[in-house]
Order: sequence, then C-alpha cells, then structure tokens
Amino acid sequence: MELTGAEIFVRCLRDEGVEYVFGYPGGASLHIYDALYKQDEVKHILARHEQGAAHAADGYARSSGKPGVVLVTSGPGVTNTVTGIATAYMDSIPIVVFSGQVATSLIGNDAFQEVDAVGITRPCVKHNFLVKDVKDLAETIKKAFYIATTGRPGPVVVDIPKDITAHKTEYHYPKSVSLRSYSPVTKGHSGQIRKAVDLILQAKRPMIYTGGGVILGESSKQLTEFVRLLGYPCTNTLMGLGAFPATDPLFVGMLGMHGTYEANMAMHECDVLVAIGARFDDRVTGELSKFCPHARIVHVDIDPSSISKNVPVEIPIVGSVDNVLRDMIKLVKESKQRPDKAALQAWWKQINEWRSLECLKYEHSDKVIKPQAVLEKLYELTQGDAFVTSDVGQHQMWAAQFYKFDKPRRWINSGGLGTMGFGLPAAIGVQFAHPGETVVCVTGEASIQMCIQELSTCKQYSLPIKIVNLNNRYMGMVRQWQEFFYDRRYSHSYMDALPDFIKLAESYGHVGMQIDKPSDVEGALKEAFKLKDRLVFMDFITDQTENVYPMIAAGKGQHEMQLSPCHRDTSAERELA
Amino acid sequence: MRHIISLLLENESGALSRVAGLFSARGYNIESLTVAATEDPTLSRMTLVTRGSDEIIEQITKQLNKLLDVVKLVDLTEGAHIEREMLLIKVEATDGAREEVKRLSDIFRGRIIDVTDRAYTIELTGTGDKLDAFLQTLGKTGIIEVVRSGPSAIARGDKGLHL
Ligand SMILES: Cc1cc2nc3c(=O)[nH]c(=O)nc-3n(C[C@H](O)[C@H](O)[C@H](O)COP(=O)(O)OP(=O)(O)OC[C@H]3O[C@@H](n4cnc5c(N)ncnc54)[C@H](O)[C@@H]3O)c2cc1C
Ligand SMILES: Cc1ncc(C[n+]2csc(CCOP(=O)(O)OP(=O)(O)O)c2C)c(N)n1
Ligand SMILES: [Mg+2]
Repeated sequence: MELTGAEIFVRCLRDEGVEYVFGYPGGASLHIYDALYKQDEVKHILARHEQGAAHAADGYARSSGKPGVVLVTSGPGVTNTVTGIATAYMDSIPIVVFSGQVATSLIGNDAFQEVDAVGITRPCVKHNFLVKDVKDLAETIKKAFYIATTGRPGPVVVDIPKDITAHKTEYHYPKSVSLRSYSPVTKGHSGQIRKAVDLILQAKRPMIYTGGGVILGESSKQLTEFVRLLGYPCTNTLMGLGAFPATDPLFVGMLGMHGTYEANMAMHECDVLVAIGARFDDRVTGELSKFCPHARIVHVDIDPSSISKNVPVEIPIVGSVDNVLRDMIKLVKESKQRPDKAALQAWWKQINEWRSLECLKYEHSDKVIKPQAVLEKLYELTQGDAFVTSDVGQHQMWAAQFYKFDKPRRWINSGGLGTMGFGLPAAIGVQFAHPGETVVCVTGEASIQMCIQELSTCKQYSLPIKIVNLNNRYMGMVRQWQEFFYDRRYSHSYMDALPDFIKLAESYGHVGMQIDKPSDVEGALKEAFKLKDRLVFMDFITDQTENVYPMIAAGKGQHEMQLSPCHRDTSAERELA
Repeated sequence: MRHIISLLLENESGALSRVAGLFSARGYNIESLTVAATEDPTLSRMTLVTRGSDEIIEQITKQLNKLLDVVKLVDLTEGAHIEREMLLIKVEATDGAREEVKRLSDIFRGRIIDVTDRAYTIELTGTGDKLDAFLQTLGKTGIIEVVRSGPSAIARGDKGLHL
C-alpha cells in the first residue's frame, strides 16, 4: 500500500522506536502534524518556542542515551532551533531535527517562510539532508538516526519540503544503512594500546583526565574499574561529571578554570597523563604553553580530529572508550608490571596536601544566603541522586562543584556553547525520559528568563520539576569578570526590573516560593520536594557579591589558580605569590 | 608549507559548500579549488591547494575526513605527483605585437585557439610557475583577459585514488 510522505515519516519514527517528539507546528509541517494526530504511538510534546523543543530533545538524549527528536516548521521554526542545534553540536549530543520546508517547486524563490535550512545549520550539525523525493524519505530518516547516534554523536537535520509529505510511495524502513564515506572506528589499535599500558604502568605521578566521551560511550563502569585497578587519581571535565563516582577517594574533583586546586595541581605536576574522551578544551588547559609541562600524554578518543588538536599527544588511540578501556583493563591485569607503590604513595601524599587546602571553602553567613550553601543542602536532601540540569553562569559552576555526581547522565548542562536558557527546557526532556525521578533545574535569574515560556509546557504535561533559582540580581558570571578584570565597571550586568517570580510561577499554574533567609533554605527545599507532583519555583535571594573560586584567569596555567579570599594568606597562596 | 589535497566527494549539491564552509569556518586558507565529476557519476574529484604548518594540515585532513561527503582523501604532497594548471588568455595582437605574441606562445608551448584581427586567445598548460612565467613575459600591456583553472594533480605511479 502506498503511504504519503507524512504517514511514512510517522511510521519511520515508530519503527525507529521513538517515543517522544518535541516540536512546534506550522504551515510547512501541517501534513506531518495531521499524520501525528491520527495515531498515538509516537507522542508529540508541544514546546512553547522551538529553542525549547530542541533543548528538551537534547535533555532527553543526555539523560537517557537515546536520540532526541525535534519537529519544527520552515523559516522561523528552523531559525529558532539553531541555538539548540549548536548547543547539541558542541557537546556531541545525538538529536535528529526534522524541519518543514517550502514545496520543492518554490525552493529558491524567497517563498513565504523559506530559509535555506541546510545552509544555515551546516556549520553546527554532524550532517544534514534535504529530501528531494518521497522515495528517499525513509532511508534518509534511517541514515539520520544512524549518523546522529554512532561514532562521535551529534545533531542531524532533515529538511522535508511540504510536497514531499503529500506525495505517495510504498513504505519500507530499512533495518540498517551503510554509508561508503562513514564507518566510525570502534576498536583501538592494539599496538598503541599496549604501548599506552606500558607507559601507564611506569608512571610515578599519573593522572587520569576524563570527559564527556566516557558518558557518551556508556563506559562509566569500565572507567571506574580501570581507575580502581590502578589506584590512580582521576579528574572529570564539566561534561564528564558522574562518569567516575565523585564520592570515590580516587576522585580529585573537576579540573579546569573553576575546577579544584588539587585536580589542576595534579595535572600540572603529573608525569603521565591519560586523557579519555576529553578534548583539551581551553577552559580546561588554561594557557597552553604552560600546560602539563612534565607529562607524556596518552589520548583515547573516537574522533581523530580531537587528538593533537590543541596539545600534541605522544600515544594517540582512536577508538571508542568502552572497547579501549576493556582492552587496557585486560592488559593491566595480564601484565607482570605493577604500578610503582612507593612513587604512588608519595604522589598521593602530595595530592592530599593540595586537597587539605579545601579549595571550595567559602565564608558561611547567617544573614545572607550563600549560593553554595543552597547547593550543598540540595545535594544532601536528594542524596546525590537527582537529575540536575543547569543554565549558564556562576550557579552552573557551583552546581558542578558542590553536587557530587556518582552516576553518569545525571548532570545535564551546556558546556561547549554555554547556552543560557538551556536549563528549564532540558529539564523537560529529562523528566520525560525519567518519569517519577527527581529533576532539579539549577538556574539564575538572568538565564531562566531566556526560556521562561516553557513553564507553560511544564504545566500542560504536569512535569514536577524543581527549579532552584539562585537569584543574585546580577549576571553573576559577567559581574565577576567585570569585578576582576574591568575595575568593577558593572556594564549592563545588573538584572533590573526583575519579575516577581512567585507570581510568575503561579500565573503559569505552578507553586512559587521566595527564600531570603539562610535559616529557611532547608525547610523550603524539603517543602518543595514534598510537593511530588507539582512544579515548584524556588527563588533564593542570594549574596550578590559571591564569586566562583578557585579560578584560573586568562593567560594563567593550571598551577596558577586564584583561591577564594577565605584562603588569603594561607601558605599555598603565599607559595603562589 | 603548500599542500595539494585530492578528494573523492559524493557528487551532490551540498558537498562543495560543506568543504568550502569548513575552510572558512575554521580559518584555513584555500589557495585554489577545482572540482568536476569523475568516470563514476556519483563521485566528483576535487583538488584543493592550501597552506599551513604541519599541525594545521593534519587538522585540515582530519576535519575533511570527518565530512560525510568525503569518500577518500590523499595529501599528494606527501609523495611524487604531477601538477598541471591550464591558462586561457586573450591578448592584443596588432601590428608588431602579433608576431611577438605568437613567438612567445610557441616558446611556452601554448596553442592559439582563437584569432581575430585584433587578438589571440591562447591556451597554455603547465605548472603554476610556468603559467606565472608566461604572464610575466607578456607583461601587463596587451592582456585583455586571464582565466586560470587552478591546479589539478595526480600521483605518479600505477596506483589510483579509488573507492
Ligand atoms: C561558564 C562555563 C565555565 C566552564 N568551566 C569549565 C571548567 O572549569 N572545567 C571544565 O572542564 N569545563 C568547563 N566548561 C566546559 C568547557 O567549555 C567544555 O565544554 C568542556 O571542558 C569539554 O568537556 P570534554 O573535554 O569532556 O569534551 P566533550 O565536549 O564532552 O567531548 C567529548 C570528547 O569525547 C569524544 N568521544 C565521544 N564519544 C566517544 C566514545 N564513545 N569513545 C571515545 N571518545 C568519545 C569526542 O570525540 C570528544 O572529543 C565551562 C563551560 C562554561 C559555559
Ligand atoms: C545566550 C547567552 N547569552 C549570553 C551569555 C553570556 N553569559 C554567560 S553567564 C551570563 C550571566 C548569567 O546570569 P545568571 O543566569 O543570573 O547566572 P549567575 O551567573 O548570576 O549565576 C551571561 C550573560 C551566554 N552564556 N548565553
Ligand atoms: Mg544571576
């Protein structure tokens, strides 16, 4: 039987096992929406803005490991998703975005709501397609999912002209596809792996630096086994948090600009660096010329272009983390060589000295709410088991520092693009992927306003997300840089004319709370978590002057961290000066 | 260093813009780029000339290989290869210049492919250097129009770039 393109589209999603599509309708996608209406296997979630739909699909993907699916209309529908697509691209998140397009006969005519979707999204997708014949539709959709989810994952856009969704053809969804120009490597080169293990076992001051690739590659178990087998220190990037249990004594915290003192010092002093699924981002390395001066470097990554891009690597291993780690674990177990006990002991002694500085220490207050204290309480009350999404700014860094993630896919944030507005819609996707689980969105009063309309989506689908708004009445991260590097000229970083967040939440049908006393923090959180089936917007009025520490300023090396004022005049600071 | 990178690309409309977009987005320079279909109509062959340090060339080849439209890639500069470029040039050919232009063209093994009573059109093939030399010899005066194809290149020996 022949089906229309729109019907084929819906059948493809069903056969691909897609449960949710996050979208927003419009002229060019009306045939598809009509086909969606006539079935109930693929559920459509209506966002309030296409950016929200894209972030929701992204949050769904990050928290579940399954691809997120987006459906938008042509023109403004696509342009509104671009931020969401770029966000997914920078963090290698598998989403598939379907956009309506004007009819093929009109393409290129400046037709109503026409934009060159393939052209606009080209620089921020893993790949994209324009479907020109209904006979190609099913195979193109299969390819899109295949490309998005394999190798280094990433967003794929499929642009579908309106007439294609009306044309008819036989439906057949291919079980698999192959592309002659695309065959991601998975197995690592055995000779390289052997060389790497030799080097790793010879290390006197080893360091294991891991990133988002471990989570994307579902390899937390192997990583944990590998690190524990060796007894070496392990650090995670912002994107890798949860890949190794944060409460394990071998974990030295996040590294990089706002990472821990011990993680950054250990990076600087290590003699063998094992980078796994991490891409030597500039927020991590600090000044490149000062980066890891003593280290011989092993780098495991599925994408050859991540290797030796910023930092030259001695032993590159192209392969997927899970395979390579499995091979490495096997070799370590088989090898007669053992890590040098005495050297390792001395190394841990040094690391523990750095640790004893307690670099995340902050000044407590009983007058004004310290943002860090809210997050410590949040961690304690959720027992480290919540899904935490975040926006971008100081609150994001504090959440990363103070919420100890023991499991992967629980920490959902935009690292590469740093997209304000990500947190709330991402939480929507997370909640759909994990109904019944606690989902918290940590945000700031500036970020939350960038996708605030999604409160309406939360109402429609009864999503009991808990919003922790750390309201410092500033674009805190911007203010911090202006304080440090622009002589306190706070140019346009003050958030004036803020809405009454309680009333705002209430007008969307949710519960709103404002908390301005430190003694009320715990009670408010407890009360919010008791409201199991309600979205609660907690507006914490926090210290306006608090800064994120420690910090590597621009041009500085990892060993040149600036510590918080409550460390001033400690021996370490003197040493640094 | 100057590198000649040869690519087999999917012969699809978006492929060229993906390659060109990659270069502009990442700030790599393109000295020249030529592309045309091959004996297999689903593939086109691109010759791309670029300059950069070893690190940059390594990134360029890795990034190109990542594009789904790139089926095969070889950096011809890594081995022995032959490079050719074609020049089409229209030159004033009146009075004394008429003889002189023909003579120079002969010396460079050019071919006159169109003639009017005021001008010659010459076709000349060779390395970029040779074409430069010819242009220099002609001098500025008298040149009506210059069209250069950009280099095409192929590896020496009996092996070809295939699927
Ligand atoms: C305000 C702000 C501050 C920040 N501060 C910091 C900071 O202090 N510290 C910090 O770490 N980051 C920080 N970031 C984040 C930073 O910008 C980068 O996003 C982050 O460091 C990149 O993490 P990653 O190296 O793990 O790479 P990801 O972007 O997670 O990339 C994953 C890597 O793994 C590879 N990979 C994917 N799948 C596999 C697989 N199956 N097998 C093998 N390899 C695979 C990919 O090819 C890629 O190279 C900050 C961001 C913001 C917005
Ligand atoms: C879309 C977008 N615009 C601008 C920025 C630059 N930026 C980074 S952090 C920040 C301030 C965020 O303020 P807020 O959400 O209140 O968080 P805080 O830093 O105060 O915790 C800004 C403007 C960005 N990351 N994203
Ligand atoms: Mg703020």
